[in-house]
Amino acid sequence: MRTNIREWSLLASAVVLLVSPCVCRAQITEYQQHQWLRMESHIGNLTGHARAAEMDYRRYCVGCHGELGDGNGENAPWVDPKPRDFELAIFKCRSTPTGTLPTDEDLFNSIARGLDRSNMPQWSTFTKQMRADLVAWVKHFSPRWQTEKPGTPIQIPPEPEVTADRIKDGQAVFQKVECWKCHGVTGKANGPSAATLTDDQNRPISAYDFTEGARPKCGDTDQDLYRIFMTGLDGTPMPSFADNIKPDEAWDLVFYLRTLEPQKSKEKEIAKQLGLKPVAPSTAPAAAPPQ
Amino acid sequence: MTSARKRLAGGLLLASIFFFGSVNDAQAIPAFARKYGLRCSACHEAWPMLNYFGQKFKDNGYQLMNDRDSPIWQNPSYWPATFRITPQWHRDSSDKVAVDQAAAGQRQITSTGFDLSGLDFHTGGTLEKNISFYVLPSSNPSGSFHFETVMGRLDNLFGSPWLNLKFGKFELDNLVSEKRILTLTSISGVYETYHFIPVGDGNIFGRIGDTQLGVEWMGHSLNDRTRVSAALLSSNDGNVMLSNGANSYSGFFAASQAFDAGKLGVQRIGAYAMIGQAPTTYFTQGGGVTVLNGAIGNKSFHREGFVGLFYLGKLDFQVVTQHGWDNAWFGAGYGQGPPFNNGPGVTLPPGSRAPTWNGYLVETHYVYSPQLIFIQRSEWERMSRQALPTNPSNLGNIDMYTFGYRYYPIMTSRAGFAWHNEYSWVRQQGMAPDGFALTNSSLLLGFDFDF
Ligand code: HEC
Ligand code: HEC
Repeated sequence: MRTNIREWSLLASAVVLLVSPCVCRAQITEYQQHQWLRMESHIGNLTGHARAAEMDYRRYCVGCHGELGDGNGENAPWVDPKPRDFELAIFKCRSTPTGTLPTDEDLFNSIARGLDRSNMPQWSTFTKQMRADLVAWVKHFSPRWQTEKPGTPIQIPPEPEVTADRIKDGQAVFQKVECWKCHGVTGKANGPSAATLTDDQNRPISAYDFTEGARPKCGDTDQDLYRIFMTGLDGTPMPSFADNIKPDEAWDLVFYLRTLEPQKSKEKEIAKQLGLKPVAPSTAPAAAPPQ
Repeated sequence: MTSARKRLAGGLLLASIFFFGSVNDAQAIPAFARKYGLRCSACHEAWPMLNYFGQKFKDNGYQLMNDRDSPIWQNPSYWPATFRITPQWHRDSSDKVAVDQAAAGQRQITSTGFDLSGLDFHTGGTLEKNISFYVLPSSNPSGSFHFETVMGRLDNLFGSPWLNLKFGKFELDNLVSEKRILTLTSISGVYETYHFIPVGDGNIFGRIGDTQLGVEWMGHSLNDRTRVSAALLSSNDGNVMLSNGANSYSGFFAASQAFDAGKLGVQRIGAYAMIGQAPTTYFTQGGGVTVLNGAIGNKSFHREGFVGLFYLGKLDFQVVTQHGWDNAWFGAGYGQGPPFNNGPGVTLPPGSRAPTWNGYLVETHYVYSPQLIFIQRSEWERMSRQALPTNPSNLGNIDMYTFGYRYYPIMTSRAGFAWHNEYSWVRQQGMAPDGFALTNSSLLLGFDFDF
C-alpha cells in the first residue's frame, strides 16, 4: 500500500513539475498578448487594429507564417525561401536603414505586392483596411515593436535624366563596391561569392539574377531599385550600401542595373550604342568567375 | 397546352432537377493548395465557392504570378489531381406524384436512405507559365462518366492581363458560379434562375449554369477589380459530337467591377447576357429516325442579368436577377427535336407568342469563421408572358428556398472535408398531375470531401 502511495505522489509531483513551467509561460504570454493585441498601424489616414485581422490571418496567412507568427505554419517545410518569422521583426523590404524596423507603410505595400520568387502571394485583392489591420497583426508578434520605433525612411533625391555618362559612372560604382561578387559581372547571379551565400538562418540563398527578367521582391520602379541597395534586404547577404554610395552615384547605379535586364529600356539602348562591356573582375582581387 | 404535354414537360423539369442535383460537379482543388502551400480558405470563402483572391487566381490562369507558377518549380512527382464525392443520407418528398395505385391518381411519395453523389475527378494546372489546362471527368452516382470541363488556356498574352483565352468546354464566366455552389440537395444543387425555361418550352440550349463548348476571351485589371469577357459557344448546351445545334452559335458576355468599401469589404457588381440561336428543324431518315447533326431552322433566344456580390463583414449577399426571352417556336416546344419538328407546312399553334420571364436569386452567407458557414438561398421564377394565351398566367412559376450549414472540421492545405446539412423546398405552379402546384422538399446530411 505504502509503495503505491509513494508512486502516486511521485507521479503527481512529476506532473506538477512538467505542467508548472507551461502554466507560467502561458500566463506571461497571455498577459503580453493582451498588451500586444492593442497594436495599431497607421498608413496615411487609415488606422489598422491587430484584433480586427485575427480572422483574416487565420484564413490567409497562418498556413505559412504559423499560429505564433514564427514562420512555422504547416506548409513551411515545403516552402523555400521560408516564410518570414514575425517574432524577429526582420524584414527584407524597407524604406528604412538596415537594422531598423520598417514603417507601417512598407509592410502595407509588401502585403499587396507579394514577394516574387517565393510563395508569398500578392494580396492585392484585400481592402486597404484589411491590409492595415494585418500590418498591426504582423507587428503584434514581436516585442521589438514595443521598445523600438521604425527607422527614418531614407531620402531619395529626384531622379535625374539618364545619360551615357551616368550609365558609365554607374558601371564604375558596380565595379567599385563589388556588386558583381554576388551578382556576377553580367548580372547573372554567378559571381565568385554566389555559390556560398546563406541567409541569417544559415539557409542557402541565391543572389538576384538581373538577366532573368523577374520582378525584384521589393518593387521594380527606379525608386524601388534605389531603395533596395541603399537599405539592403535585412536577413539576407544583400547589404545596404548607404555608407559606400553617394545619392547621386546611386542613381547612376540604378541606370546601370537597367542595362543588365532583358527588358527594353532607354538605358539598354544607350548601353548598346556605347558598346558597354561587362565589368572586368580581373581588376579586383577576387578570381574571375567563369563566363 | 394539352395535359399530356404538360406532364411531359413537368417530368422533364423534375428529371433535370434530379439529374443536375445529383451531379454537383463543383470545383474545389486541393491540388492547387498543395502546389502553392495555401490553405483552402485562402481561395475559397468556403469551398467550393471562391472568394475574391481565388477568383483572381483563377483569372490569372491558375497562377499566383510569383514567377514560380510553371511546373518546372514543382517536385517532379507532383500530379495535379483531386477527386470529390459526397456520401450522404437524404430524404426527398414530392406531394403529388401520378400513381396508378392511388384512388385520386396521385399521391405523396417520400423516400429516405443512404446514397452517393457523383464523383468529380479534377485535374488542372499550368503546363508552362501562362499556359494551363483543366480536365474534369465527372460521373453520376451510378458511375457513368462524361466530360464536365475540358479546356486549354493561354493567359497574359503579350504580357497583358487583358488577353486571356480559353478553348474547350468550360463554365461560363458567371460571378455566382453554379459549379462552385454551396447547396447540394436534389433541389438546390443548381440555380433555378440559370436553368429555368417555361413549361412546354423546347429550348434546351440557353442554360447559363451548364458548362458549354466554345472559346472565351477574358480580360481583367491587374488586381482583378475590373473584369470583362466574351465567349462564342456552340448552341448545344455542352453536348459533344456536334449533336443538336451543330450549325448554331451563341454568345455570352459578362463584365463586372469591384469596389473597396472599407471595413465592409470588397463589393462587386456586374452584368451578363447570353444571345444565341438554336435549331428547330431536324432531318430524319429511314422513316422518322432523327439525324442529329446538321439541324437547321435556327431561332433566337436571349438572357440578360445583373449580379451583385455585397459584403457586410461576416455577412454577404449574392444577388442575381435575370430576364429571359425565347422565340415563339421554342415556346411552342420546338428545339428539343422530334416529335416537335419545324418541317415544311408546320405552323405554330394559333396565338403563339415568344415567352418571357424574370428570375430572382438571393443567396446569403454568414461566415462565422473559415470553418463554419451558414447558407440561405431564395429563388423566384416568374413568367411575364406565356407562350400560349390560354395558359394560366402563373404556369411554371417557381419558388425555391434552401438553408443549411457547412462545417469544416479541418483546415489544411492538403484536403477538404465538410459536414453538410441542408433542407430545401420548391413549389412549381401548375406542374402537379392534377394541374395545381407541385411541391418538393429535400433534406440532406452528408460528408463532402475532396483530396
Ligand atoms: C504560401 C505561403 C505564404 C502565405 C499564405 C503568406 N505568406 Fe507572407 N511570406 C511567405 C514567404 C515565403 C515569405 C518570405 C519571402 C522571402 O523571403 O523572399 C513571406 C514574407 C512575408 C512578409 C515579409 C516581407 C518582407 O519585407 O520581408 C510579410 C509582411 C508577410 N509575408 C505577410 C503575410 C501576410 C499578411 C499574409 C496573409 C495575408 C501572408 N504573408 C501569407 C509566405 C507566405
Ligand atoms: C554579398 C553578396 C551581395 C552583394 C555584394 C550584393 N548583393 Fe544584391 N543581392 C544579394 C542577394 C543574396 C540577393 C537576394 C535576396 C533575396 O532574394 O532575398 C540580392 C538581391 C538584390 C536585388 C533584388 C532585390 C529584390 O527586391 O528582390 C537587387 C536589385 C540587388 N541585389 C542589387 C545589388 C547591388 C546594386 C549591389 C551592389 C551595390 C548588390 N546587390 C550587392 C547579394 C548581394
